[in-house]
Amino acid sequence: MSTAAPPPLPATAPVGEAVLSVRDLDVELGGRRVLTHVSFEVGAGQFAGLIGANGAGKTTLMRVILGLQAPARGSVHLPGTVRADRHGSRPVGYVPQKFLLDPDIPLRARDLVALGLDGHRLGLPLPSRAKRERIEEMLVAVGAETFADKRVGRLSGGEQQRVLIAHALVSRPRLLLLDEPLANLDIRSVREIVALISRLAREQQVAVLISAHEVNPLLQVMDRVVYVASGRVASGPTQEVIRSEVLSRLYGQHVDVLHVHGRVLVVAGDGDPAAPGEDITVTHTHGTP
Amino acid sequence: MTGAAAVFAPGFFSSAPVHTALALGSVVAIVCGIVGVFTVIRGQAFAGEALSDIGAAGGSASFLAGVAPVWGFLAASLAAAAAMEMIGVQRARGRDLATGIVLGTSLGLAALFLYLDSTQQTGSGTTVTILFGSLFALSPSLIPGVAALSLIAAGAVCVLQRPLMLSSLSADLAAVRGIRIRLLGVGYLAALAVAVALAALTIGAILGTALLVGPAAAALRLTRRPGLAMLASAALGVLAIWIGVLLAYDSYLWPDPGWPVSFFVVALVFLFYLGSGLLGPRRSGQREQGSR
Repeated sequence: MSTAAPPPLPATAPVGEAVLSVRDLDVELGGRRVLTHVSFEVGAGQFAGLIGANGAGKTTLMRVILGLQAPARGSVHLPGTVRADRHGSRPVGYVPQKFLLDPDIPLRARDLVALGLDGHRLGLPLPSRAKRERIEEMLVAVGAETFADKRVGRLSGGEQQRVLIAHALVSRPRLLLLDEPLANLDIRSVREIVALISRLAREQQVAVLISAHEVNPLLQVMDRVVYVASGRVASGPTQEVIRSEVLSRLYGQHVDVLHVHGRVLVVAGDGDPAAPGEDITVTHTHGTP
Repeated sequence: MTGAAAVFAPGFFSSAPVHTALALGSVVAIVCGIVGVFTVIRGQAFAGEALSDIGAAGGSASFLAGVAPVWGFLAASLAAAAAMEMIGVQRARGRDLATGIVLGTSLGLAALFLYLDSTQQTGSGTTVTILFGSLFALSPSLIPGVAALSLIAAGAVCVLQRPLMLSSLSADLAAVRGIRIRLLGVGYLAALAVAVALAALTIGAILGTALLVGPAAAALRLTRRPGLAMLASAALGVLAIWIGVLLAYDSYLWPDPGWPVSFFVVALVFLFYLGSGLLGPRRSGQREQGSR
């Protein structure tokens, strides 16, 4: 899934066994540079949060990682995986940003999971026991067995999210990308989905990169943070990144990181008139208790 | 008299035009049923209508050239599909506008060709045949060609059904699995053009979309599974053709004899659609949001 021949890079020692390494990525959208010098890695089994405000470039970054968009410069490596396995075992599972499923589409939840296994195949879908068992196993894993035979377009937002996660994981990828899976969910669903993804990551032995504009719901489960702001990223272990010094440098202006009842508040400071950059006021209002 | 005689007017089972109408009509209804399911899912009903109207220009032109109209329908709708693809069928806003303009122009061309047809062949029903079809007037010699075209269009959609379904849900989900979205879209549009040409042959260029979209829309309400939807859609189409042919044949004994078969087919499709709304799952108003 790497793109055009990467330019010579400063040799950076790979950390452990990386399932995703992004090196010195520049990304342009309509001639405008939206991401500059983006480098980070996600190791096997790690749970990484891609955090940033709406419009910071999280979706764009995910699209580049998935090969849906070419970067202006730099490369994406998914080591240990070739582009596509013949047996449908894809290196990357993907849950796209919330999209509207037509309520009338003739597709049960289990059919959508099946498409995660063989949706790219030609010909008539022939039933097989192995396939049926794998689908059933995945439906149970995401807690979708009670609505497995309902039309997927008529499920609630939280239920659809579960089915889409099963769709993404059924082919046993080593990396799961989720684009804003918590947006538009109520607080209880947010908690359930985060717990589910965290559990699946361990059970299915899959590394996770999950994007969110809100850091708090993920604080308890994240190993690493990839924080996007001002077209750049800061990445590392959660406690090392969500700090005033790091985020201030990233935003290009003073930012306070406040800890309140186990939650984090990232607040733009107003005491630095020399600070460049736009007005950023990132306040997080609700989160997991 | 028995009940069967009351339903089937004398000579129905021995009439050669009825045999041809049933054979061709059934094959076309099956193709339209299968292809139409994805027309509805992909929201391309308007594109289908446009291809059909553009086909009318081709069908009427082929009369002038002395060729069977099915080839005119086919050539025109395939060319139109290619044009729509080049104009940018992927971009919704430009698509409807471009399609609408091309559609209007083609109907204008069809008007001219139909006028020229009528000056050349005195008293012919060319206009009615092209626009509204005449299933009973079809030649049995068309059967092999129609069967071959049907096999191509329906076969392509059956083979591509899983990638088509996935890309209809989300282009990104499909692209991540290595599906070439653009190529798939072109392939589907070509199958749609063939189905539309066949529909135009049976129930006319103006009414063709009814056979394409109607049974499919009804089937989507009746079943939750992709394969069953395609089967149900094809079955409803065939049913509409059969009952339509029967009623049209019977109508020769009515006070105003010889009602057009296309009318019956379209009316039945409409009734099926209404009926599916009553039988199918009740629309629960708005979709739930958040957790259940």
